[in-house]
Amino acid sequence: MITVEALTKRYRGFTAVEDVSFTARAGRVTGFLGPNGAGKSTTMRMMVGLTSPSSGTATVLGRPFVDLPNPGREVGVLLDASAQHAGRTGREILGIAQRTMGLPKSRVEAMLHRVSLTEDEAERRVKNYSLGMRQRLGIATALVGDPEVLILDEPANGLDPAGIRWMRDLLRGFADQGGTVLLSSHLLHEIEVVADDLVVIGNGRIVAQGTKEELLAAAGTVVRSAEPEHLASALRAAGLNATLGADGTVRTETDAARVGQVALAAGIALLELRSADGAGLEEMFLELTADSQREHPTTTHEAPLTEGTAA
Amino acid sequence: MTTAILERTATAPTATGQVSPIPFSRVVGVEISKMFNTRSGFWLLASVGIVSGLATVATILFAPDAEIRYNSFASAVGFPMTVILPMIGILAVTSEWSQRTGLTTFTLLPRRGRVIRAKLSATLIVGFASIALAFAVGALGNVVGSALVGVDTVWDISLGDAALIFLADALGMMMGFTLGIVIRNSPGAIVGYFVYALVLPAALGTLAAFQDWFADLQGWIDFNYSSTWLYEGEMAGVDWAHLATSGLIWLVIPLSIGLATVLRSEVK
Repeated sequence: MITVEALTKRYRGFTAVEDVSFTARAGRVTGFLGPNGAGKSTTMRMMVGLTSPSSGTATVLGRPFVDLPNPGREVGVLLDASAQHAGRTGREILGIAQRTMGLPKSRVEAMLHRVSLTEDEAERRVKNYSLGMRQRLGIATALVGDPEVLILDEPANGLDPAGIRWMRDLLRGFADQGGTVLLSSHLLHEIEVVADDLVVIGNGRIVAQGTKEELLAAAGTVVRSAEPEHLASALRAAGLNATLGADGTVRTETDAARVGQVALAAGIALLELRSADGAGLEEMFLELTADSQREHPTTTHEAPLTEGTAA
Repeated sequence: MTTAILERTATAPTATGQVSPIPFSRVVGVEISKMFNTRSGFWLLASVGIVSGLATVATILFAPDAEIRYNSFASAVGFPMTVILPMIGILAVTSEWSQRTGLTTFTLLPRRGRVIRAKLSATLIVGFASIALAFAVGALGNVVGSALVGVDTVWDISLGDAALIFLADALGMMMGFTLGIVIRNSPGAIVGYFVYALVLPAALGTLAAFQDWFADLQGWIDFNYSSTWLYEGEMAGVDWAHLATSGLIWLVIPLSIGLATVLRSEVK
């Protein structure tokens, strides 16, 4: 479990992270979502003691990170897969972590296999690695100590679609066995498919947090019937807002159960009733971060800036 | 890259409360291996042996017969050490920042003071081993050289002299280490060292030659100058005092300031 309380980081002239509080629970994948420069990396660095907070606290498994006797055995951290000595081979980098943690040598081979780095690739120097291979090596380093908690900053960067799928399965499996996973991303759909809980950050502040279901529900429901005007007025009569869509759908900011009840009471047969997910969460993300966006919202997914340039 | 092998089962997270702390000796061991397992680190350390060998051979070939004695060999292999060892000291520190490995190192070992102490220990261990190796190569050269030339083998370095040379080399290494801590950038620290070791002595030497007031002062403030006397093997009380005060200015104060910054600064 990771608990972050009122974490704040001020630099001369600007506040990178302001009063951030959330909990990443065991057995769940918590997605840390925000546009570039929102403060995700700074928050994660403060969790692991690389940056000292101006105020606030962060604990991992109930203790400040620096008080963990052998942190790698309890928390697997991957903050930047490119931050490795270009002149070392993948196996050597993994070996340094394995020896520091006091683990048997066999863990190195096991982890190389686990992240699908071949014998040949493990012997190559990291400067010849693709970003995807570096990410895999970084994941191997994070997992080598068999930790209970994973803290991963943009781990899917540079992975191919198969790699992203692999990563998702790995994190899901890790959480299902009781582990805590905190992973950050600036890509909504990347996080949406794997996270149970979401923490959305914009401009250094948390703008939304909760389970994925809660946040999806908050984004509203799409409902379709043969009589959209009738349905819309019934919803308004029930004190709910309703917007008529061009395709004959009605959109409302409530959950599907409530819409169903209203329709039943009004005697309207429904053709379709679903949460406005996918698009809904995406709209929410863009909306919530609109004020704090440095780019025009439509360029969010192209992500030309790397996280941390201003974070 | 193959993505065919997709493992879906994560290993079970460990039970809490049975993790033992990392012993200091292990950290030192890892730091020593980190010095060897990069290409630059490997060749830097290999150069200790290579350069010692070359210097020894050159002494046999070019020194006049009367100079085939241990002191000549020790000087020949000792000089390159004064350049190589500080580089080892510098890179042990700066690569964590220049190559950004500190991100991993300081999350596995969040107590940075401990990591720095381990680095210092590793640097000194490797340094002493290198000097010992250089002395040994020089001794071998002395035995072989004197046999080849047909003169008596002369051992004209006392144990005391050897200890002073060890100290001088260790101080040079510490100077490199300090520059590494203060500058935290490999090229910057290396340039810094050459300014300190090559440019500054010439400048201060010139100043001392023309300004009497500085000539009297030089021993007290010029660390490079005051530590060269260690190689001469004759250290009077005032020489030790010079070494201590100039060392305070060039080594202790910068190292303290650098350490304070390293312990608090952000690792990015």
